[in-house]
Amino acid sequence: MDKASTSKFSLRTRTTSEKLIDVGFKNIVVAMASMVAVVLFSIFAVVYYESTESISRYGLRFLFSSAWNPVTDEYGAFTAIYGTLFTSIASLVIAIPLGVGTAIFITENIIPKYLRNVIGLMVELLAAIPSVVLGLWAVFIMEPFIRPFLNTIYEIFGFIPFFSTQPLGAGMMPAILILVVMILPIITSISKDSLKQVPSKLRQAAYGIGASRWTTIFQVIIPAAISGITGGVLLALGRAMGETMAVTMIIGNSNNFSWSIFAPSYTISSMLANQFGEADGSQVSSLMYAALILMVLTLLVNVFAQWIVKKLSLKYQ
Amino acid sequence: MNYTSQKHLTYNPSLTRNIGNKALTIISALFSIISVLPLILVIIYVLIKGGSYINIETLILEPEPPGDDLLTAGGIGPAITGTFIMTVIASIISIPVGVGGGIYLAEYSKSGRFAKFIRFGSNVLAGVPSIIAGVFIYAIIVSTKILFGSMFSGIAGGISLSILMLPTIIKTTDEALKLVPNDMRRAAFGIGASKFTMITNITLPAAFTSISTGVLLALARAAGETAPLIFTALFSRYYITSFDDLFYEMGSLSVLIYNFALEPYEAQNQLAWAASFILVVVLLSLNILSRWIGTLGAFSKHKV
Repeated sequence: MDKASTSKFSLRTRTTSEKLIDVGFKNIVVAMASMVAVVLFSIFAVVYYESTESISRYGLRFLFSSAWNPVTDEYGAFTAIYGTLFTSIASLVIAIPLGVGTAIFITENIIPKYLRNVIGLMVELLAAIPSVVLGLWAVFIMEPFIRPFLNTIYEIFGFIPFFSTQPLGAGMMPAILILVVMILPIITSISKDSLKQVPSKLRQAAYGIGASRWTTIFQVIIPAAISGITGGVLLALGRAMGETMAVTMIIGNSNNFSWSIFAPSYTISSMLANQFGEADGSQVSSLMYAALILMVLTLLVNVFAQWIVKKLSLKYQ
Repeated sequence: MNYTSQKHLTYNPSLTRNIGNKALTIISALFSIISVLPLILVIIYVLIKGGSYINIETLILEPEPPGDDLLTAGGIGPAITGTFIMTVIASIISIPVGVGGGIYLAEYSKSGRFAKFIRFGSNVLAGVPSIIAGVFIYAIIVSTKILFGSMFSGIAGGISLSILMLPTIIKTTDEALKLVPNDMRRAAFGIGASKFTMITNITLPAAFTSISTGVLLALARAAGETAPLIFTALFSRYYITSFDDLFYEMGSLSVLIYNFALEPYEAQNQLAWAASFILVVVLLSLNILSRWIGTLGAFSKHKV
């Protein structure tokens, strides 16, 4: 080696400023990552702190009373909790077969690939439509369209408590249907992804021993993808419980408890959207208590979703 | 080979299993059609009904106060600028924090206990209902008047939107950086780069397209959100004219749709449809744009 090349590539140590930048950058990104934890904890802390007054005043009675009277200062969230759970579970019952069915249809080779991609893209674009636009559509287009059908159901099955009031516009049933529209993309796209990840060996082995297409799907493909599908369904449940705008616009916002799915009702989130702006005093505290219940419910569902995906997916890896 | 064995080897459509297969295939096709139908119907109605109310006046005028049965309800100009401003505020907060958090997860602590906790936390945060973000910001910013004594403000609205964007950006940054091959990191270290230089000059540029896909999707979601805004930014019928106006109520397209859809007057409802048209067109374009950018990615899952 001659002198020229050694001077060209001389050895040097990092300067102090370079080291400082390196350490500083690490600390900054650690701080930014911690923001997630900070925000999450402060949401819980703030909502809990704001609701302590109501918690100490009503305790668990709050969950089972449907009184909501700002004049007498008496609050209970039973109608809203029931509405939240009922609408989200009912919409899930409708959306699971539709979503998983669609996911199967677009992962099997029934129709040409570009058509399948188009259907997949369309379902995912449905998720991009803001909930308030779906609410607008539900109020002006969907609800007037389905009302005659609901009326027919009421006339025939009116003796059953679930159908016992006349559909007069806003109510639980249209809210359930719009929730189906909102959670379909979640269930479909997550199911599609997990169905796609099933090794093709499993499918070929099933075909090889003479299983038909749908025997293969039901007994091999779906069991292999069940972790992802369950995770998607639970995520959709969490989304349905927290969904606010479309539901608020179409559910009718009434705190009177009714078994009928045609009657106006309430969910926790629609109650918050409706009353939080004008509430004061102990009503704020009661609304915060309801918000806390909603948070705990969605948290449980989401944690359970993450746990079940881990638990079930170990089986096939 | 005799006749009977050949008969068993040919496709027999009247067999129970073949009929069942056909039936299930048809049912699944039907389900797909039902699933796609809402999108088509919503888009048709929003484009036709909303599009028919779009003209220059609707786009730039301020909305008239509801109540009188006016012939026109004004326009949605302030709502468009309001949505834009609040989305920008939300991005200014959530993009640096989210990308920084994602860098920490992917580059500094791949499987540490803290990183696992943060990943779990951002999944939980992603599942927090959007209205709770509004309630939270109301409690810490609006009701305490912590922002220079202002209550409902565009800034509070932007902050509550940033809470919703944060988990998506962290997750996509984390995943995008994980797809960058480790060879590139080792090569950078090998020629003497510090970790900071390696991240800013090698891995971040390599993951840039995937990260921007996630950022655009988060942005599109935030721009359409209503629930966090109805008691943080509230609503305003006026254009903002100065910097100070950021500390006052601010209108947005989504809250305009919510407020005016529930008005009993036809003119207001038409304005809600016009606002939906703008919102849906912008959000769908953002979504399609982000998908297109995603296909350009150098390290998308399909190419590595």
